[in-house]
Amino acid sequence: MADEGVHYSADHVLEYPYVRSVGPTVGAFLTGLRDGKVVGIRGTGGRVIVPPTEYDPDTGDETTDVVDVGPEGVVTSWSWVPRPRPKHPLQTPFAWILVRFDGADTSFLHVMPASGPDEVATGMRVRPEFAPEAERVGHVNDILHFVAVGGGA
Amino acid sequence: MSEPVTMMAAPMRLDYVFTPGVAQGKNMHGLERGVFIGQRCPKCKKVYTLSRGSCPTDGVPTDEIVELSNTGTVTTYCVVNVPFAGQSIELPYICAQILLDGANLSFMGLIQEIPAGEIRMGLRVEAVWVPPDELGPTMASVKYFRPNGEPDAAFETYKEYL
Ligand SMILES: [Zn+2]
Repeated sequence: MADEGVHYSADHVLEYPYVRSVGPTVGAFLTGLRDGKVVGIRGTGGRVIVPPTEYDPDTGDETTDVVDVGPEGVVTSWSWVPRPRPKHPLQTPFAWILVRFDGADTSFLHVMPASGPDEVATGMRVRPEFAPEAERVGHVNDILHFVAVGGGA
Repeated sequence: MSEPVTMMAAPMRLDYVFTPGVAQGKNMHGLERGVFIGQRCPKCKKVYTLSRGSCPTDGVPTDEIVELSNTGTVTTYCVVNVPFAGQSIELPYICAQILLDGANLSFMGLIQEIPAGEIRMGLRVEAVWVPPDELGPTMASVKYFRPNGEPDAAFETYKEYL
C-alpha cells in the first residue's frame, strides 16, 4: 500500500499587490514619462542624472533642478536576449540597452527589439517609442521600447 | 497637464514549483491515505511528525517510517478571537498543539466540536479527515481535531512537549 517512492511537486504563487509612493524626484520622472518626455536631475557639478535620484550617488549632495533630456540618446552598452523569459518586457528577441540621453551624463536601462545582435551596437543613436497617451500611467513601461534613429547601427 | 504622479503600482509576484523532497513527500503520501506519518531517529529513537528527514538533535536521517495514531493530546492552545484578513473559520476558534500518540513532536491543528471555553491542556482528541475521495497530499486532508471522549491525559505524559 505504502508507495514511499511518490514524488510530489506543486505550483505555488507568492504575490504582493504593492503600491508605493514615489516622492517628488522619481515622481517628476514618472510624470514626465506619462506626459511623453524624459527628465533628469542636476547633481554635483551640474551633471545630469537620468533616471533622477534624490541625491548625487557619487557625492551624496542633494540634487537640484529637474531638466528635460533626450528624447534621443546613444547606446553606451547592451546585452542580447535571444530567448525572452515570461516576465521580460518584450516577448520577441531584444537587447537590454543602456541609453545616455542627449543632455544626460548617466545611462538609463531599457529595451530595444531587433532581429539579431548585429543590429545593436555601442554608440548607435536611438529614441524612445512611447505608448499612446491614453495608455501612459507614469511608469517606466510608458516607454514601450527604443528604436534606432536613422536606419540602425 | 494632469496631476503629478505620486504613486506607482509595484506588484511582486513569484511563480514557482515547490518540491517537498523525499522526507516531506512521505508525510504527504500518508496524508493522502488518511494516515499520520512519523519518522524515527535511529539514535535517540524520537519520532518526529511532519519530519524534514533528519533529527535536529543527532543530525542523522530519520529513515524509519512509523504510522502514527489518529488520536493525540492537546499540549497547549490558543483561542482566536480577533478577526483578520483572509480568515475562513468562524470566531472564536481554537488552535492547539497536538501530540499524536506515539510521536515526540507536536504540531498545530484546529480544534472543533468543543466550546472555546472548555478547551484545556491534556484534552484527548482525534483527527477528522475529509471524505476519502477528497484526500490529497496536504494538511488540508485533516479537517480538524475533536474531543474523542477519553479522560484528559495526565500532565506528566506531555510535560516534555510544551
Ligand atoms: Zn535523534
